Amino acid sequence: MLNYLLRRLLYAVPILIGVNLITFALFFMVNTPDDMARIHLGAKQTTPEMIEAWKAAHGYDRPLFFNPDADGLGKVTDTLFFNESVRLFTFDFGLSDSGRDIGSDIRQRMWPSLALALPTFLMGLWVNITLALAVVLFRYSLVDRVALVAAVVLMSISGLFYIIGGQVLVSKMLHWVPISGYQPGADAWKFLILPVLIGVISGLGSGLRWYRTLFLEEVEKEYVRTARAKGLSPWQVMRRHVLPNGLLPILTGVVVVIPTLFMGSLVMESFFGIPGLGSYTIEAIQGQDFAIVRAMVFLGAVLYIVGLMLTDIAYAWADPRVRFH
Amino acid sequence: MLRAAVLLLALLLSACQAPWNDPYPAGTTGKNLLLRAFSAPPKHLDPVVSYSSNEWGIISQIYEPPLQYAYLKRPYALEPLTLTRMPKVRWLDAAGRPTTRERAVFSEYVLHLRDDIRYQPHPAFVAGNRHLPPEKIATLATPYDLPQQGSRSLKAQDYVYAIKRMGVRAYQSPVLDVLAERIIGLKDYSRKVTQDYEKWKASHADGGFFDLRPYTIDGVRAPDDHTLIIRLKGRYPQFLYWLSMNFFAPVPWEVDAFYSQPGMKEKNLTLDQWPVGTGPYMLVENNPNFRMRLARNPNYHWDTYPCEASADVPRTLLADCGRPMPLTDGVLYTLEKESVPYWNKFLQGYYDASGVSSDAFDQAVQLSSTGDIGLTPAMKERGIRFLGGVQPTIMYFGFNMLDPLVGGLDERHRKLRQAISIAVDMEEYIALFLNGRGVAAQGPIPPGIFGYRPPPEGIDPYVYELRDGQPRRKPLTVAKRLLAEAGYPGGIDPKTGRPLKIHFEAVGGSPDDKARLDWLRKQFARIGLELVIRATDYNRFQDKMRQGKGQLFMWGWNADYPDPENFLFLLYGKNGVVATGGNGVNYANYRNPEFDLLFERMQRMENGPRRLQIIRRMVALVQRDAPWIFGFYPRSLALYHRWVHNAWPNMMANNTTKYLRVTPQLRVESERAWNRPVRWALWLAAALVVLALVGAVRVYRRRQQERGRC
Repeated sequence: MLNYLLRRLLYAVPILIGVNLITFALFFMVNTPDDMARIHLGAKQTTPEMIEAWKAAHGYDRPLFFNPDADGLGKVTDTLFFNESVRLFTFDFGLSDSGRDIGSDIRQRMWPSLALALPTFLMGLWVNITLALAVVLFRYSLVDRVALVAAVVLMSISGLFYIIGGQVLVSKMLHWVPISGYQPGADAWKFLILPVLIGVISGLGSGLRWYRTLFLEEVEKEYVRTARAKGLSPWQVMRRHVLPNGLLPILTGVVVVIPTLFMGSLVMESFFGIPGLGSYTIEAIQGQDFAIVRAMVFLGAVLYIVGLMLTDIAYAWADPRVRFH
Repeated sequence: MLRAAVLLLALLLSACQAPWNDPYPAGTTGKNLLLRAFSAPPKHLDPVVSYSSNEWGIISQIYEPPLQYAYLKRPYALEPLTLTRMPKVRWLDAAGRPTTRERAVFSEYVLHLRDDIRYQPHPAFVAGNRHLPPEKIATLATPYDLPQQGSRSLKAQDYVYAIKRMGVRAYQSPVLDVLAERIIGLKDYSRKVTQDYEKWKASHADGGFFDLRPYTIDGVRAPDDHTLIIRLKGRYPQFLYWLSMNFFAPVPWEVDAFYSQPGMKEKNLTLDQWPVGTGPYMLVENNPNFRMRLARNPNYHWDTYPCEASADVPRTLLADCGRPMPLTDGVLYTLEKESVPYWNKFLQGYYDASGVSSDAFDQAVQLSSTGDIGLTPAMKERGIRFLGGVQPTIMYFGFNMLDPLVGGLDERHRKLRQAISIAVDMEEYIALFLNGRGVAAQGPIPPGIFGYRPPPEGIDPYVYELRDGQPRRKPLTVAKRLLAEAGYPGGIDPKTGRPLKIHFEAVGGSPDDKARLDWLRKQFARIGLELVIRATDYNRFQDKMRQGKGQLFMWGWNADYPDPENFLFLLYGKNGVVATGGNGVNYANYRNPEFDLLFERMQRMENGPRRLQIIRRMVALVQRDAPWIFGFYPRSLALYHRWVHNAWPNMMANNTTKYLRVTPQLRVESERAWNRPVRWALWLAAALVVLALVGAVRVYRRRQQERGRC
């Protein structure tokens, strides 16, 4: 297993270099450092000297890939690509265009992101699986058909509608929880309850349909009939046999998501004023702070790779037929 | 024991009374604080770098430049802030000897500082804190985590030090190049110090204190602790306005030394994040991703609420005359990026003030038949007040005067531009896209700025005519006649036999933009012209402007200071964006020798009848030449709750928070009344969940029994 993991880790290196190369090309070749400087310095009387000073202050005054003026290895290492990329591989994200330490901001903001994403994920998983099992229990009945129609309706509604509708109904009309905002510590729950609820409800339609399909496939198998013939109640069959056997495909979609929970939710955090990494990314895109955007893209790629590795491990754990090779 | 129980009960009861949806820590709204929102994290709080309104909204409460705008006086007037009196100007000849104003080669501003001004408490003023071990710095989250904090008196040398910081190119002051043309010696100093800084930086990769004290600037000196002298090239009356900006706020060297310690930057402990000033407030919490908090500066000098106001200011605003400021204990800013929660929290009483977004416009504002703006009954019922005013800003459509089709000062091209100016109905634009929040512009100078002439006297006679004493846009028949005289009868280009094509350089592609562009296309079609939209991103748009490639574009300008020079220089030939290689602000590349000559004369003059006469001639020239379609002057609209007092729109001043007063008790009572939780709905929701569960169990059991029977 250790060999397998090491091999997967080594595979990750070229993938990350590729991701880095693509994002670098997008951010520094399509949008040149001069363009970045002009955006940040504003439209009022920006002089060439100011642009050069901005580039120098951010280390963007080096050549992109090859430095003909440098000696020896410096021709490659004293370049923008090398400096920006190597630093990322050591998780040194540098400073944002406004001069703040990105690593420090990420460390600070990942906790509110997790505080929102983790309960949404766990509760969503539990609700989806429970409801899907219940629907399968009543399969091909009126309950099943109503649940399916409701799931399609829930899927058809825009995510923004859930957010704005939820804010208006729960916060503005019923005055139950704050409409937006955040407090660290024990007071955080009252700011998180609404976005978590909305996150669970907005994902319910697709989740219910997906898990129902998986469980339906399982429930038709012969071992279920055997279990039923042994006298187990339908609910016991679901819980003890269908659920564990249906877990394998669920793991595919679920475990890969776990590490990326750190990245937060772009829209939810923005609308609810939660100072997490999702809103950090949105702010950086809006403010054209490419240092932050590149850091977040890189971090997202790393976490996704970690997620894929965890999925493989979870497979082997859940299904003894799968082995590491 | 009994007392403790009673206290606990009282606390519990008060907690029960508090609204459930209160977004602040318990008891916050009952404090003497202003509750505000900010929509984007401020990027810079360093006074020599910061140049955007959201940043100035915060740092202007902390820093004190020498002058400020009188809060309740119109037209805008400057008054001393840290000075004992307004600066004295000395006129000097080439040898530095006193001379007359007209013969002056240099002008020297002598500033006398008050001797009762002290800095806010800060660890930088304790010598030991400027040499902290790295392990100590590693434990800091804010500068105020250091137990020892000090203060000292404001000195003239602090202003000199701030100007020296401005000169270091790497610090990226956006006004260095403008001021280097004016302040004697600043350009040479900047070149020298920038070189030295680069050398120093190469050998100090981990940081450290680059001390600017040994450097000198020829035109900036402090002969004693309370006198500051700044020498300028020639006459530049607008310099006084610069002295009210944060670029001229004092920076003590101790603060620079403190934040330069290795390891501080990695902890986000920089002057750009943690300002240190002499102003009414100090920044005590800075999490730009979430919340920022200003607290009253305990060392703030004697400063009282004004007792004088212009005639148009309600006398109720003078009720606090003579009271020491600031009138609140602090300000709590919360990051609120989306307009929907911002607006709803304002309505719930959790923000003291709000603008009006287009989404909420109909809910908040109603327009009378005469176009006047008023509040809806729902807003009035809550005691909400609105304050508005025309901003010192102009939005315009510019023609590229270098373009062979739409440019040129000859009669033919001029008539084409005048025809288009008539056809583009700005009144309709304001009604459709701004909910009436704007005033159609008649010239380049907005209301409130010296030289502005309101209609009917100030109308643009080439675009408007007077009907019943009111300015009305000329009919399209006039535009069509002008178009025919320009050589395009019916809008047809004789070379192609098809409608004349004009290209518009557009930025952005949102649905809102599309509606605007469709509208603009229709305006051109009304006189038979075809408008071709060339949508592009902002960078490409700027490139096109710098290279003079566009034909028509939309741009805007917000006043740096309330002087007509700050608007007329947008049309000064030597500021042409192409002529200056991209550095100018005259994006229309308008160059009229007569206008340029008048501008050079007007620029050096004080406000007075002669200057006014010149300005009127300049405005008349641009109205005739029509290098711009004069768009509109935006109108701001701010809503305030009834517990906020002394609010009055001052479009130039940024340090207005100190004048505001709140009645926290009224705020708490209103919040409680407006935010009573609807408890029955909670019970109903719980009952529905229980019913659903019970129903499901019953159905399950019934199915089981039915199967059993089978």
